[in-house]
Amino acid sequence: MTQTQPLTPEAGSAPQTGRPQDWSGVRLHVVTGKGGTGKTTVAGALALALAAGGGAGKPGRRVLLVEVEGRQGVAQLFDSAPLPYAERKVATTANRGEVWALAIDAEQALLEYLDMFYKLGPAARLLRRFGAIDFATTVAPGIRDVLLTGKTCEAVRRRADESEPRKFHYDTVVMDAPPTGRITRFLNVNSEVSGLARVGPIRNQAEAVMRVLSSPQTAVHFVTLLEEMPVQETIDGTAELRDSGLPLGAVVINQARPNELTEEQIKQAAAPQGLDRAQLLAGLKLAGPATRQTCDALADLAAEHAQRVLLENEQREALAAVDTPVYELPQLTEGVDRVALDRLAALLHQQGAA
Amino acid sequence: MTGHEDAVAASGSEAETETGTAPAKAAQSKAAQSKSAQGKPTQSKQALAKANGTKPNGTKSASPKLAPAKPVSDKPASDKPATDKPNGKPGASARREPVPGALDLDQLLDDPATHIIVCCGSGGVGKTTTAAAFALRAAERGRKVVVLTIDPARRLAQSLGLTELDNTPRVVQGIDTAAGGSLHAMMLDMKRTFDEVVSSHADPARARQILENPFYQSLSASFAGTQEYMAMEKLGQLQAQGLWDLIVVDTPPSRSALDFLDAPDRLGSFLDGRLLKILTAPAKVGGLGAFKLLAGGVGLVTSALGKILGSSLLADVQSFVSALDTMFGGFRERAEATYRLLQADGTAFVVVAAPEPDALREASYFTERLANEHMPLAGLVLNRVHHTTLKLTAERALATAEQLAETESEEAQLAAALLRLHADRCAQARREARLTDRFRANHTAIPVLELAAQAGDIHDLTGLRAILAAAH
Repeated sequence: MTQTQPLTPEAGSAPQTGRPQDWSGVRLHVVTGKGGTGKTTVAGALALALAAGGGAGKPGRRVLLVEVEGRQGVAQLFDSAPLPYAERKVATTANRGEVWALAIDAEQALLEYLDMFYKLGPAARLLRRFGAIDFATTVAPGIRDVLLTGKTCEAVRRRADESEPRKFHYDTVVMDAPPTGRITRFLNVNSEVSGLARVGPIRNQAEAVMRVLSSPQTAVHFVTLLEEMPVQETIDGTAELRDSGLPLGAVVINQARPNELTEEQIKQAAAPQGLDRAQLLAGLKLAGPATRQTCDALADLAAEHAQRVLLENEQREALAAVDTPVYELPQLTEGVDRVALDRLAALLHQQGAA
Repeated sequence: MTGHEDAVAASGSEAETETGTAPAKAAQSKAAQSKSAQGKPTQSKQALAKANGTKPNGTKSASPKLAPAKPVSDKPASDKPATDKPNGKPGASARREPVPGALDLDQLLDDPATHIIVCCGSGGVGKTTTAAAFALRAAERGRKVVVLTIDPARRLAQSLGLTELDNTPRVVQGIDTAAGGSLHAMMLDMKRTFDEVVSSHADPARARQILENPFYQSLSASFAGTQEYMAMEKLGQLQAQGLWDLIVVDTPPSRSALDFLDAPDRLGSFLDGRLLKILTAPAKVGGLGAFKLLAGGVGLVTSALGKILGSSLLADVQSFVSALDTMFGGFRERAEATYRLLQADGTAFVVVAAPEPDALREASYFTERLANEHMPLAGLVLNRVHHTTLKLTAERALATAEQLAETESEEAQLAAALLRLHADRCAQARREARLTDRFRANHTAIPVLELAAQAGDIHDLTGLRAILAAAH
């Protein structure tokens, strides 16, 4: 997992399929998902796909992957040391695209913010000593979220150095965001602090953040599994997001299982009598001796698989009603490493996500 | 192609990598005070302590962590290839033999000394379903049970009779009461619980003042730790009601399982911390010349806070805080009582995890944290584990499938497809076994209960029963 490892051929020379990019004007991709759906993995793969841009022959991009929950999931994903509160390069693509990562720490962000805007000097130290920093970042409602989204938006708006003042420092920012159940409240910082800060600096900061988050520059993607509860949360979450005027991105179905059987076989396997075992046994015998036990075990596996596939199809239909692009990523039985991430990145690219 | 060794059972030989992270050794001082209150159940202390993997005197089984990494050969018998033969019974899973480190769930559920079971773990591992399944099984085995859920899936909630969020336990219909047990269920209403706490600690006028304060309203609805704190508060209330002999608690779906233990402490320390004294200070220090020096620092802090928060928010916070002033003692006491309740002998923590790296990493941290806090850990529940019933390696299955794929016939195509499916399942089972063996090797003293993955989603009592039935 070195930084300079080239992309797999799949990712590096991804075919320029007819599918256009779905999010060409977007500079902030927010990735949410219920716990356990793999949103960090998808955020990482999306960052790689964006960094690779159009693949070989096209220029690579500079992408920042932001983590806001203090879990060091990004460091785990890219097999790097825990991230400090500083931007670090964690991956490079074949066409010299770069993925940088930042784990935002609310307390550090607050101190940075205070230093930038208030020049508090010794009072800042006092604030910390008296527990005010701790209070602001953990107890006071909404302030933590304003700080985390605020720092992210700062990275989105940051300009390149003086030689190229018109260019942005990062082409795109990807945020590994809080889970689906909290995403709208997290992003809707304006209404979150409006109850307590009607005027004043927090309100101003919140409004500046909202100008980025509610603009077409932003897209909020939902990662889900094809299971009832995450799908239901995705449907509820996307509706809530739309209601609050935040820009919905794609639905990403993660860990989709391979379906080896035909529609007809699935129907048969799911039926009470199951697959035709005599036919299966005959098939197995074509490759050599086979026992009834093997046949039965495979037929049981087929029945279970068929039940799962039918459930998954129902969930797919439910997701189609969300009416937004849907991408699908396969289950990785061997775990997630850089090679696997590149494969997911290529699949996201082929489907129009980046 | 039969009779080959089960690919799944031949599990990882690389399990000895990654030694357990060094536990914090600072918690020693807390040991003395941990066993004071809640002294009711004493006789069956031994039994529960045994189930907890703890020594009766309350010292935690620190050996697996303090001892240097053990050689692989020291691991429990779980690594031996499973010896059970395929018995042809459909649906029989090729489970491993019972291992010394297995969690005896029925013993835990049946033990009259078990009063509280707390299910914790990272989000998405099936905590709520596990908590509900435990509660149902305990009730059907004769106990009077209430299950406190945080955020159940809609259909599961409906099947438990939880159609409205009213913060009151409801009887669950349709359970088998032959053994004399009963089951109640409730869903946590965070804000209402917070309001109840306020109302029970202040006179009506003051309570109204607090409940109407904008800062309180935001705090009670959205403070990152409120849900955790209120879950514990509700647990204390249910326990105090004394209507049940077993309370099963689900914990909030926070990304970091640790938030759950930190939150009460965080809120508690804020509520009687120095900051609050400062916030209430401007009203008090006015005439006190003796505190001039302090007042100087306070003034600096207050004006800095004013700059950051804006003066109107600061005023809200200050009036909230002064209204709360008389309640601090009560809040603190409650937080401490809840904490002691969690350490009591009748409490058993169950850490729930899925056989995935992230969930197991969280589970590791959590078990260590519980030990440091002297919270009794009953064991780890490994949810949604995949097994194979067929003793045929993935490699062989794939080779055979390839061979068959060359034949055009329908039978051959079907057989090939199922063999590929089997190979896929083997790979998944093997990966899960590798991950869980590593966990076991690092935590040899923690009993583990594996629950097989279910084909469908769980949303009724039958489904809840099935989860645990397969494990027995």
